Amino acid sequence: MSEQQGLGIGTDEWVAQHEKRLARRSGLLGILDLLNQKVSPAIRYGILGVAAIAFGLFVDDFYLQRIAANLGVFLILTLGLNVVMGFAGLLDLGFVAFFGFGAYAYALTSSGHLNQHWPTYLSVPAIVIVTAFLGYLVSLPSRRLFGDYLAIVTLFFGQVFIQLIISSDSITFPGNEESTDITGGSNGIPGLDPFVLFGYKFKGAADYYWLLLVILVFLIIAIIRVDRTRVGRAWKTVREDSLASQAMGIKVNNLKMLAFIVGAAIAGLAGTIFAGIQNSVFINGFDMPLLTLIYAAVILGGSGSIPGSILGAFVMSVLPEILRVQNYSEILFLSVLILTIAVLGKSWKKFAFNIALVVLIGFLVKVIVSALNIATTPAATWAIAPVSKALQHWLVIPQSRLLWGNIGFVLLISLIAYYSIAKEKIKFYLLPLITYVAIFVWEDRLVIEPNTTRQLIIGMLLVVLMIVRPQGFLGKTRVEVL
Amino acid sequence: MLEFKKVTMQFGALKSVSELDITVNKGEIVSVIGPNGAGKTTLFNVVTGIYTPTEGDVLLEGKSIAGKDPAIINRLGIARTFQNVRLFLNMSVIENVMAATYAQTKSNIFSSALGLPSSRREEREVRARAEELLSFFGTRLTGYRWEQPAYSLSYANRRRLEIARALATNPKVLLLDEPAAGMNPKETQEITEVIERLRTEKDLTILVIEHDMHVVEGISDRVIALDHGVKIAEGDFDSVATHPDVVEAYLGKGSADRK
Ligand SMILES: Nc1ncnc2c1ncn2[C@@H]1O[C@H](COP(=O)(O)OP(=O)(O)OP(=O)(O)O)[C@@H](O)[C@H]1O
Ligand SMILES: [Mg+2]
Repeated sequence: MSEQQGLGIGTDEWVAQHEKRLARRSGLLGILDLLNQKVSPAIRYGILGVAAIAFGLFVDDFYLQRIAANLGVFLILTLGLNVVMGFAGLLDLGFVAFFGFGAYAYALTSSGHLNQHWPTYLSVPAIVIVTAFLGYLVSLPSRRLFGDYLAIVTLFFGQVFIQLIISSDSITFPGNEESTDITGGSNGIPGLDPFVLFGYKFKGAADYYWLLLVILVFLIIAIIRVDRTRVGRAWKTVREDSLASQAMGIKVNNLKMLAFIVGAAIAGLAGTIFAGIQNSVFINGFDMPLLTLIYAAVILGGSGSIPGSILGAFVMSVLPEILRVQNYSEILFLSVLILTIAVLGKSWKKFAFNIALVVLIGFLVKVIVSALNIATTPAATWAIAPVSKALQHWLVIPQSRLLWGNIGFVLLISLIAYYSIAKEKIKFYLLPLITYVAIFVWEDRLVIEPNTTRQLIIGMLLVVLMIVRPQGFLGKTRVEVL
Repeated sequence: MLEFKKVTMQFGALKSVSELDITVNKGEIVSVIGPNGAGKTTLFNVVTGIYTPTEGDVLLEGKSIAGKDPAIINRLGIARTFQNVRLFLNMSVIENVMAATYAQTKSNIFSSALGLPSSRREEREVRARAEELLSFFGTRLTGYRWEQPAYSLSYANRRRLEIARALATNPKVLLLDEPAAGMNPKETQEITEVIERLRTEKDLTILVIEHDMHVVEGISDRVIALDHGVKIAEGDFDSVATHPDVVEAYLGKGSADRK
């Protein structure tokens, strides 16, 4: 007979947990929950749309416009991957190759490289269709595969694409002695034509921004509709239980192929616009780092959730930009740290107490250091940005920064490891100590090495999030087997 | 309606089903009984295309379906439930049923994305149909339960939902794998009535695997007993239940208390 699976006969989990659902979580997470329940999707999208239009109208900083346009491209990619991975549950590691294909296809049809200058209204739709077809081809050998196997096969296709682009700079055709340069190899293809639509020639990132906005509005509406109706439901069944799905008359392989094709088409579209914005294409933009970022965005936001994908894309593309500036990165670092304490502390009282303890530890260390006559680094050399300036009377940085930084690093990791197994009571006092050491390591070491720091803080954010909300910001909790 | 011709299903050296001949007539309710490991579920898996029989053939309305794709077999008119209940747990109750209308509906990705009237109409129809199917179980799966995730349902309700989902594929033949497992006596009584109503109201031919002899007695036109993949008895409930081989198969395994 079947296993009873936890639930007693006749009881219903929904009813049994009614009380629990009503009882709101306290602290910061409670407020988040409340916001999540009270603000309707229409309002959220509305606010987002108004903000996006306002940005386009009032921001004329070239740098910001460019970031926004790149964010738009990244958003399209995230939404596309969300279809493949979030809806249909397919681990497609070749996803960026379709993006790259779209970009290269645009470069080849719109530059002096092969002397092709197709009109935009022709090249872009043609490329989207061809990329979709490419997605179909890739899905042919992959359609029977799931999970890890699918991941490996698609990863392979992605790498093949990169190798093809790199090595196609000297191809010898039969009957022609000289080799032809098709893709520009690792030098890429510079000097692309800008988009021209309705007789208007795109001048800069701002023009692409408006185009992206229009595309995104249509894309989001389309994806929401598909998600809610026949095909979207069938995709979900494939993700949930493909055997049961088949037994209900759903042709699982076809649906997987369809998800691939749709994902490829969306990525291809993003590629053409990206090439237009950049004015050039280089192969190293379409490799692992980008793939990781897109996956991080989808997972961070909550796989399968459309608002989640949007939020995830924002975080993952804006965050690295913010972290380039020391002051911003420090503010962000401290905010994440304080947020972590707030979340882990569970109640406001404990939170206040923890913060007070952190402050106390700082002054205590300062007293000890001066009593022991340990040489320190003058504040003027490390307290440069406003935040670290604010900290200079509280934090001490010893003279041999590297040594102490390393010690602090090891201490920090040991403390965190210990924290994960410590008793509740000890945890409470451990948290402020960890916080202090984290701030110390940050100011001592990480500020000097901004690149490492950036990676580290993104990683940290992901780890914290996965602990606190394994389903992502806006994802729904998923039950595997009950 | 459904015919097994010398069906054999072999896993390595083990013959889970061995040279089985069974005929199920239109409108009949046939129960398959037998001790654990007798090959009952394997039989269902062969019919629904999850396994391809090593030998023999399965005919639906005279046409061979053995070895066809499970989705195709479902579309030809055979739907099933699973012994270990395989719902789409993270979808809502009503979505589970709506999803199963996939093969009979037409909206494609473009008509859905554009929100064409045809797609909207179909969506309304599918929803209405799902609501109707769920109301088959009285108030058990109606109203506020529609939007609940399937994982939040009680065990009995999960079994009911699985039946509703199977019905949504518009089958001619319904295969139920232990529909009363894990249900209390009252729920078991209810499911017995439901199975009878399925035949009369939905015009179905039904094949049931069941261990609960009260259910078997209550619903069956005919009972088939399997042991070690071989048919050991066939006939009405009383003759099969008292058949010496059947008694031995159960007693020999020390499972007589199942009754
Ligand atoms: N895929 C498989 N590979 C190998 N052996 C299998 C497979 N499927 C079933 N079997 C074996 O076939 C035999 C019959 O299994 P089956 O599940 O059909 O029994 P059952 O009659 O449904 O029993 P129960 O009452 O426990 O559900 C068992 O010995 C089982 O181990
Ligand atoms: Mg079984």
